[in-house]
Amino acid sequence: MSVEAREARQPWILLSPALGAVTLLLLVPLIFIIVYSFWLRSAVGGDQVGFYLDNWQKVLTDRFYRDILFNTLKIAAITTVVCALMGYPAAYFIARSKGSKMILLLLLMLPFWISYIIRTMSWINILGTSGALNSLLLSLGVISDPIQMLYNEGTVILGLVHFLLPFMVLNVYVSLEGIDTNLEDAATSLGATRWQAFLQVTLPLSLPGLAAGGLLCFVLGAGTYITPVILGGPRDAMFANLVFEAIITQLNWPLGSALSLLLLIVLGVLVAIYNRYLGMSQLAKGLG
Amino acid sequence: MGWNAIRIWTILVYGFMFLPVAVVVLLSFNANQFGSFPMNGVSLRWFEELWNNDAVMRAFRTSIVLGLMTAVISTTLGVLASLALVRYNVPGRNTITTLLIAPILVPEVVLAVALLLFLNWLGLGKSFALLLAGHVIFTLPFVILVVQARLVSIKRDVEEAALSLGANPVQTFFSVTLPLMLPAVAAGALFAFTISFDDITGTLFWKPGGVETVPTQIFSMLRNSISPEINALGTVMIIMTVGLPLLGAAVARKLAMKSGT
Repeated sequence: MSVEAREARQPWILLSPALGAVTLLLLVPLIFIIVYSFWLRSAVGGDQVGFYLDNWQKVLTDRFYRDILFNTLKIAAITTVVCALMGYPAAYFIARSKGSKMILLLLLMLPFWISYIIRTMSWINILGTSGALNSLLLSLGVISDPIQMLYNEGTVILGLVHFLLPFMVLNVYVSLEGIDTNLEDAATSLGATRWQAFLQVTLPLSLPGLAAGGLLCFVLGAGTYITPVILGGPRDAMFANLVFEAIITQLNWPLGSALSLLLLIVLGVLVAIYNRYLGMSQLAKGLG
Repeated sequence: MGWNAIRIWTILVYGFMFLPVAVVVLLSFNANQFGSFPMNGVSLRWFEELWNNDAVMRAFRTSIVLGLMTAVISTTLGVLASLALVRYNVPGRNTITTLLIAPILVPEVVLAVALLLFLNWLGLGKSFALLLAGHVIFTLPFVILVVQARLVSIKRDVEEAALSLGANPVQTFFSVTLPLMLPAVAAGALFAFTISFDDITGTLFWKPGGVETVPTQIFSMLRNSISPEINALGTVMIIMTVGLPLLGAAVARKLAMKSGT
């Protein structure tokens, strides 16, 4: 074999284990559940192999599934907007601050290292009937009996915002950091107020970061399973809870496949739109 | 004035991110027998109770073994792939990168379902092997992103110097490239371990009955209501997943300073 041919083969040898793993453990399984979603789980428990549209018909027309899907998307959308409103000014402060930038960035990385379930359950200590807030209000005499503040849609959104906010701040920060501050100064020296300079120069230039953060918040929020279980009430189930119910509790795997695929398609369309207009590189920047 | 408003806003945002977690740590040292406010003293009794709780200790062992195995496999695959992407002019680079980070783009529930049903169809039911396969595929993209970002900064000149001085490619890799890459490899491995150690959604789908990792153990304890023991377990987890990387970074900096002088 020639030297060039060997050179050309080397990267593929290095890549093959990782590509093999992604193919065998992600791509083929995804194709498999597409096929599986057209099978039927019979009443006795076995799978009926074939091409049945029953699962898809159920998933797409049953009001129960549709309502939960819309509710899930609504919760994810509210979470994303709240994250953007809370996170943007903070990211701006980090990007423009001089002395405290390093420590703020280091602190921003901390939540990524703290377990999701601990951050979620920590709110029970704050808002629970024997939590910090109730104890405070009781001792101040504002209330005479503890109030149940947990287990509703509001606390699910609160938990999601708490989980996803660092993703938003980090992505916006990365894009703000890449903007030349001279541009804003140039705008003000040409007569714009600082606020105008921000609205017309900095904000538009930081939109790619805002979009990347928003996409991450939305996709991760819409796919969440744990938060509604820990912080939501019985009526606050999200789509991933339906999937878990179908797969683990009811053992109806063909139906569970169709439900998972529906979630994948809905979120995949969003990712595809994002990719079409902004590309994946911005997302990789924020994650790295 | 505007700047001060942003500063206060930022402080509030950071407070929002950290206060609840700080309360978990605070309450885990609570002497009060219900583990709630008001705190009436500091005690280590909840940590002692954890130590004597067989289920919790078993969960710890499972999580650590799973995390270590995931880190080894995921880092090996990730480092090899990153080397190929950074060092070679691979045709279709962008497609390959997208493919390799695809496991992050697919919602974790969907990834969990697909892997569970496919491997089950192949005859591999819920088991430790399935759990390990799931954790590897889930952590791989993060390892690749972290390692790739660090590899870019290593200059190729050093390797070329070694090669031109007569070292063969294998010698060059082990005595030049690998030592230079070590921080990147360590960062990738640490990242994989932490993500595996913290994972819960996929784990709930893949774990065999009776096997618990620390997060699923906390999850099942939470069904009864929050107890000071859970807060203590949370504190231990925070120390592990935050303390270890900080310690690692400190050691790395010390080593770098020593070799620099």
